[in-house]
Amino acid sequence: MIEVQNLSKHYGDKKAVDNISFKAEDGEILGFLGPNGAGKSTTMNILTGYISCTEGKALIDGIDILENPIKAKSKIGYLPEQPPLYLDMTVKEYLNFVYDLKKCKLPKNSHLKDICNLVKIDHVYNRIIKNLSKGYKQRVGLAQALVGNPNVLILDEPTVGLDPNQIIEIRSLIKKLGKNHTVILSSHILSEVQAVCDKIVVINEGKIVADDTEDNLSKALDNEHRILARIDGNKDKVIECIKAIKDVESCSADAMREENVWEYRIEAKQGADIRRKLFTAMAENGFYILELKSSELSLEDIFLKLTMGESVLINNKKESEN
Amino acid sequence: MGAIFRREVLSYFTSPIGYIFLAAFYASSAVIFSVNSLEYGTTQLDSVFLQLMIILIVLIPILTMRTISEEKKNKTDQCLLTSPVSLFGIVAGKFLAAFLIYALGVAITLVYAVVVSAFAAPDWTVIFGNVVGLVLLGAAFIAVGIFCSSFTENQIVSAVVSFIALTMLYLFTTIGNLIPIEFISNIFSKLSFLERYYGFTYGLFDLSNVLFFISATVVFLFLSVRVMERRRWA
Repeated sequence: MIEVQNLSKHYGDKKAVDNISFKAEDGEILGFLGPNGAGKSTTMNILTGYISCTEGKALIDGIDILENPIKAKSKIGYLPEQPPLYLDMTVKEYLNFVYDLKKCKLPKNSHLKDICNLVKIDHVYNRIIKNLSKGYKQRVGLAQALVGNPNVLILDEPTVGLDPNQIIEIRSLIKKLGKNHTVILSSHILSEVQAVCDKIVVINEGKIVADDTEDNLSKALDNEHRILARIDGNKDKVIECIKAIKDVESCSADAMREENVWEYRIEAKQGADIRRKLFTAMAENGFYILELKSSELSLEDIFLKLTMGESVLINNKKESEN
Repeated sequence: MGAIFRREVLSYFTSPIGYIFLAAFYASSAVIFSVNSLEYGTTQLDSVFLQLMIILIVLIPILTMRTISEEKKNKTDQCLLTSPVSLFGIVAGKFLAAFLIYALGVAITLVYAVVVSAFAAPDWTVIFGNVVGLVLLGAAFIAVGIFCSSFTENQIVSAVVSFIALTMLYLFTTIGNLIPIEFISNIFSKLSFLERYYGFTYGLFDLSNVLFFISATVVFLFLSVRVMERRRWA
């Protein structure tokens, strides 16, 4: 279990982390979402005892990381943003070193072998880390965090630098680990957090923007009813036509993509699926739908939504009406 | 501490630094030995040991320059500092590893003593005192080097700063003599590494000198721990 209470970290005048609190229960995967420089890594560095906090408390299984660092640290596996690898060692030497460093009590050879199988680095076990690709280095970093089978795993952007296949593998591995570990993982990729985490904490400029305990955040992130369509036809007529469709709340033309082809952003009522109606309406009026997809929310959209709430929606509506 | 010690010793020999240090130490001490002892046809090795101090001022920074700065630069300190190990354990492991390499270097002086003994019987107690002095002096120098390494991420900066620091410590006697106020000049000469080491090369085994070097080692290791601690609170 991880508990953070009123944590702050100041660098001079700059507040890197500003009075944040959250909690991750046993067997829960908590996603820490935020843009670059939001304070994700700083928070993780505080949780793992790498740096201290200015104010507040971080508890690992009820143990304060500043008051009893050795005991708290023995419960944590940490994969920092840049994996802490000794480049001149082989994977085998490195993992053995970490094993000794963490004063691990599990049977050495079988434990390390299990980890290597889990993150799929068994075939590079005897190679020098310097010569491995970024993806493999990342996996060795993850292996390092798993040594000693700690209760709590703290992973700072664990899928950075991996290829799409590896990303899927690592995500499913994290999901698997989440069943019997407490996992905190940070990311600036929304879909990743949505795919893996049970709970999402959104952080921006050192402050928690949203702590999703129930479905309020997932509702905010639900985007089924937002559609991006590329339609061939006169812009004003198309908009008029789309607005006439039942359940459509707003429609705006974003940009001209080809001659007479515009991209339209359509928002329907919560839960309404207007794709079929849109198709018929366009067909009846002789417009061609060239592309249709549900629009993905960017992190910025989410922050806008979460920080400004309704006002943004109203503004958007006004814009589209103009 | 054990894990860090083993890794450090290994890394001295997977990187060229361990070999460079030992080769340079063996070569330069051999030159000093042949010039000061063999050429003069004397069994007294005290001048050899005295000049080895200058060699240490140059070579110890090479031995210690990467100890902490490289960890910071490669961010591997994140692995060490988030492991269940105390800061003192980390610093002590690094110190002992550097000290082991250094001891391998100093061991060569015993070979010189054996060479000398082939010509005439040397005063073994004096030579023993000299070796102990050199070991203690080296330990203190290594601690100073690690302390300098804890300030920076750059190995070159770390080496240059430790070189300057060791030179200053060497010059304490001279600086002390230049100061007209007797009280301050006394402090300098009491803190002078050279003065303390002189005693050993004459074959004087003064317990206060032994304690001086041991305390200097502990003080600088402690300061290194403080520097690392302070950075966490920055």
